Amino acid sequence: MTTLLRVEDLEFKQKPKRGFFKKQSKFTLSKVSFELNAGETLAILGENGSGKSLLGKLLVGAEVPSGGHIYLNGQKLSPYNLKQRCLNIRMVFQHSNESLNPGINVAKILGNPLILNTKLNASERQKKIEDTLKLVGLLPDHMFFYRHMLSDGQRQRLALAKALILDPQVIVADEPFAALDPSVRSQTINLIMKLQKDLGLGFIFISHNLGIIRHISDRVLIMQDGNLVETGKTDVIFNWPKSEYTEKLIKSHQSLITPR
Amino acid sequence: MPKFNIYQEEIHPSPLMHTWWEFRKSHIAVLGLWIFAFFVFLVIFGPLIAPFDPLLQNPNAFLVKPSWDVSGSIRHLFGTDSIGRDLLSRLIYGCRLTLGISLLLVVLAMLVGVALGAVAGLTQGVRSSVLNHLLDSILAIPTLLIAIVIVGILGVGLVNSMWAISLALIPQFVHNTREVVRTEMAKEYVLAAKLDGAKNTHLFFYSILPNMYEMLVVQGTMALSIAILDISALGFLGLGAQAPAPELGTMLSEGLRVAYKSPWSIALPGSAIFLMVLSVNVVGDGLRSALRNRLQR
Repeated sequence: MTTLLRVEDLEFKQKPKRGFFKKQSKFTLSKVSFELNAGETLAILGENGSGKSLLGKLLVGAEVPSGGHIYLNGQKLSPYNLKQRCLNIRMVFQHSNESLNPGINVAKILGNPLILNTKLNASERQKKIEDTLKLVGLLPDHMFFYRHMLSDGQRQRLALAKALILDPQVIVADEPFAALDPSVRSQTINLIMKLQKDLGLGFIFISHNLGIIRHISDRVLIMQDGNLVETGKTDVIFNWPKSEYTEKLIKSHQSLITPR
Repeated sequence: MPKFNIYQEEIHPSPLMHTWWEFRKSHIAVLGLWIFAFFVFLVIFGPLIAPFDPLLQNPNAFLVKPSWDVSGSIRHLFGTDSIGRDLLSRLIYGCRLTLGISLLLVVLAMLVGVALGAVAGLTQGVRSSVLNHLLDSILAIPTLLIAIVIVGILGVGLVNSMWAISLALIPQFVHNTREVVRTEMAKEYVLAAKLDGAKNTHLFFYSILPNMYEMLVVQGTMALSIAILDISALGFLGLGAQAPAPELGTMLSEGLRVAYKSPWSIALPGSAIFLMVLSVNVVGDGLRSALRNRLQR
């Protein structure tokens, strides 16, 4: 397998804001390195405030890292060149509801990334939008819908469609299942796993649901307070955790699922 | 669309149709729309329906009573004023002048205000706050007062009062646009659009503007009623349109001199202004709730 994404010593320091009344919040992500192969799923795991979401934002380019490099297929990604990055690394946001524009219909939500990043003409865009909607299990007719007309599960599919429409190589999903009920959640998970198999995507999941992570991810990256605690194959981490923190996380999860 | 359509009766209503369906639910708003449409009709086709020239003086018919009075004649439906001008024609031309100019001013103020507000909202730091706070301080003063000050500097006249009112209307558009742009910019879908590679101009026109219609309608109708009232008020005070011009405010102040002998010469222009402002506000209110409900139900 080829290395798709390589992250080297990525770090982030919050610049202290000047001002008398502003709180001097300082959040840092200390050096993180990992690799992602094509068709592989990497889960980023950790408690609240451990820097999971920040790491995701750094990967898609929503935040500018203060150090370190990201390589895609051996090519270095500039932190300021969003165009190059958004063609290859796309994000699925935590709240699909808020990441979809309420004022424009689905055709425009999906069409805007195409207008900005591709040279397709109107009919080609139309075709691409229809194909992508079908890919995630929606109908071409949904093009005329607005956000408020869709159910939560459909919104999640739409968010996924928005990520997929530019044919990316890596998708970063920030807790995509947090707001879904179990049946829709498992539907979406199956959909994602199918798409991954079909399209050979690299997935990065940010989650704190250990059950899902164990089910879908190949490798796990565990974070605490902005530090990388440990990383390894899912089975290895879950069965033989090296650090105390990981052990605690996994034990708390086990105690929830094993019947007393 | 697929090659063949299985569900032929299925239609996909456009956003405009959604808005109309929601708007139609409120009967008062529809009534207001009819009244407003009537005034707009007068603005466009006024000269074709007016029976007389608004400035034509008929020496044989001073202060003729309206046609519903015993001594009135059908020749002058609303009677004549103190120098024998037909009141109906003057009212039609008056609506044309007052409402037409107000519409023009609001569109002008909206374009300038939204452009400035968008710049203020999208930029950060000193530029944005200078633009904003300077105009905020102007917001504290009533628009009529600003207009009177500007007319005081430029001199009286209809054109000067037009400039004055449009300048006085701009700050509220700037302020509200900036507020909306600021709040929308903090939302996640804007971040998503930025990750799509959208620059500020694209972001504003494709992501933020579709969410601004409600604010634009609210501010637009408010500005329109303010503009109608201000134009009439300046005309009434003798600072705006000058005496022979058929402007509703000017007509009111002329009619005031003979108010005891012919009350209809102030009652008619007065009720025209009242109906105009009422219909604008009712339509604006209906449109706002229609636009809001369109994206909720």
